Amino acid sequence: MRSARSGLAIALCTTLLAAVTAGCSGDGGGGGSKAPVPGVTDSEIVIGTHMPMTGPASAGYSKIAPASKAYFDYVNANGGVYGRKITYKIMDDAYNPANTQNVVRQLVLQDKVFAVLNGLGTPTHTGVLDFLKTNKVPDLFVASGSLSWNQPDKYPDTFGFQPDYTVEGKILANYVKANMAGQKVCFLGQNDDFGRDSLAGVEKILGAGGLAAKDTYVVTNANVGPQIGKFAAAQCQVVILATVPGFTALSIGTAARLNFKPQFVVSNVGGDYSTVAGLLGAGKPLLEGTIGANYLPSVANAADPWTTLFTKVDKDYNGNAPMDGNVVYGMSVAYLFVQALLAAGKDLTREGLIAAVEKGGFTGPGLAPFRFSKADHSGYGGLRMVKTTGGVQDYFGPTYQTDDGDGAVTEYSGAAGTPPANGIPSA
Amino acid sequence: MRVLPGNTLLRHLLIAAAGGAALWALTYQLELYRDYQLATAAAYLCATAGLTVLTGLNGQLSLGHGALMAVGAYTVALSQDKWGILSLSLALGVLAALAAGLVIGLAAARLRGPYLAGVTLAVAVAVPAVTTTWSSVFNSDQGLPVALDPPPGTLALEQWQAWLAVGCALGVLVLLANLTRSRFGRDFRAVRDDETAARLAGIDVARTQVLAFVVSAAGAGLGGGLLAVLTQSVSPGAYALSLSLYLLMAVVVGGLGSLAGAVWGALLLVFLPDLTHQLTVGLALSPGAAQRVEGNLPLAVFGLTLVIVMIAAPGGLQGLLRKLVPFRTITPLPKSEERPVSDAQRT
Repeated sequence: MRSARSGLAIALCTTLLAAVTAGCSGDGGGGGSKAPVPGVTDSEIVIGTHMPMTGPASAGYSKIAPASKAYFDYVNANGGVYGRKITYKIMDDAYNPANTQNVVRQLVLQDKVFAVLNGLGTPTHTGVLDFLKTNKVPDLFVASGSLSWNQPDKYPDTFGFQPDYTVEGKILANYVKANMAGQKVCFLGQNDDFGRDSLAGVEKILGAGGLAAKDTYVVTNANVGPQIGKFAAAQCQVVILATVPGFTALSIGTAARLNFKPQFVVSNVGGDYSTVAGLLGAGKPLLEGTIGANYLPSVANAADPWTTLFTKVDKDYNGNAPMDGNVVYGMSVAYLFVQALLAAGKDLTREGLIAAVEKGGFTGPGLAPFRFSKADHSGYGGLRMVKTTGGVQDYFGPTYQTDDGDGAVTEYSGAAGTPPANGIPSA
Repeated sequence: MRVLPGNTLLRHLLIAAAGGAALWALTYQLELYRDYQLATAAAYLCATAGLTVLTGLNGQLSLGHGALMAVGAYTVALSQDKWGILSLSLALGVLAALAAGLVIGLAAARLRGPYLAGVTLAVAVAVPAVTTTWSSVFNSDQGLPVALDPPPGTLALEQWQAWLAVGCALGVLVLLANLTRSRFGRDFRAVRDDETAARLAGIDVARTQVLAFVVSAAGAGLGGGLLAVLTQSVSPGAYALSLSLYLLMAVVVGGLGSLAGAVWGALLLVFLPDLTHQLTVGLALSPGAAQRVEGNLPLAVFGLTLVIVMIAAPGGLQGLLRKLVPFRTITPLPKSEERPVSDAQRT
């Protein structure tokens, strides 16, 4: 009886296997001559993104994609790019890498997007790099400063946007070293590549033993009491934060509750004044004197032509959302993407777009230059320091640039360009 | 009236083969994203099938099956990183979950009702903390990548994944279907219905309960391992407490104690969030409202479905279907099968 059963099982398995093999060989040799480009028609370009519209990182960041979409709507209303309108599909991943896996597959396999633009987050986007590479989807201007986006050999279709966290860490630490010499410096970072890359930059400048204390946090645990308590016990005078806005607010608030008042130096991605002030509510005076860095037009400077342009687009196409660093960021990304599409030419293909970005030569609202080339896929290469005074966060001092290696931090003398009269780049 | 053979194993193998062939043909018809969803449903099915046996047939409540899936998933990720042999990794994933299930099961066999729920809940809650505490191994919230060799030939990755997951799920179903119709299955039900009576009948109650937990943990481990393979990554966010609760809700809505109910549950787990996403897109809400609805609507719909099913069809979707379609004429079941599951729920 037993042998009869196993015989039957083997027979069934063999049949299935044979069927499977037959299926495999039958499937081969498809391949048409000139396949249509996914997501591109004569009248439309469909692109997508994954964003934390809800969840622990949604504070502030949820405003980025709607701002990009508003800029695309502005471009569409003015004729689009080579007559094609841009459709921007925004998927919520709640900053959960597991959701990112799902929504990006939905974008690529179901919605057949031409490219993924500005997918947000280090832990989230790291998980979909391989998937995007397998499907040869251009993965442009990732909304994170992780060094992972700059691996042209391994991920030829992935490009960064903002200064990477190591560059930023070096520039922040350079300021601390020059202006707060002799003080005890401590570091709090997110427990992933964001925190690690930033820490690497800080330690390149301050030396391996240059920090009095360092610790990490995870976004799923909304309590930084132990970390801040440790810094207070170590009598830190300067605390560098590589945190998302929610945890910037949490760290500064926790320190205030412990009556611990160090000088906070905050990474750009977690340092936007209106975002953090909104989270702190009545505690927003705690942000007074906080130092950070930025590379895009300041919303505090209404005379800046870029701020004027983006405010106008925001008013007409974004429901007049309160202007902050996130809105400026979203529109700057969209501006760059339109530039890249124009550079890729009328006959739009994925390969053409990648080649156009690698060719570089983009100008825009940024204070520092882009580093894009065949061998370098990282975005902006520098930052300028900002300080919050009287509830206004604005620039001071020169723009600095550096690399993510051991190069020195140097001043950059160039300035941001001015926007074209109609606010839309031309080919 | 017997259409299918009376031999249990033969019958189950035939049903599985027919189902497998139908699904195999289906993977060619579906878009790649649907293939991926099918594969995800199959991976969830491994876990829900195990859970429905544990909760429906053996009467033990587990709120920690998400954690057991995580054990399988992380084992697969670590093993793929080290050796890169997929079959070995999946086997190790099952073994690791089995071992974890044994430990939890040993504790569980001494506990009843809310205390059992509490212990399993603690396990589910511990997952993120474990990945953070040993972040050098598990890499905290960011998780680990799962290295995968490309599929053979010109086969699309998603289609190949669907075959793998469906194959594994069918294997699990056949094994569990046989188990529940064997002496062990009868022991499971005897222990669920009345522990004292079972003991008087010579059944080792504690051993039966541990066995049920281990079997169901193995299913969860395989499901978790498959999920890791499908997404090519593992992170604690994929195995949060909510997953454990979703799994339980899925088997209850599907129909507690029935493997067909577990299939319904697994399908719901995959397609309900998708459906609510389509709904929010279709509603054309203002961006702000859409944001708030998008993340929360699946939860609300799932909760509402649970409430409606409990009121309208306490036997779950499968129970409802059985009422509408006279299944008994197709697959004759022994008399003990007919005992309504609600007996156990009332105690």
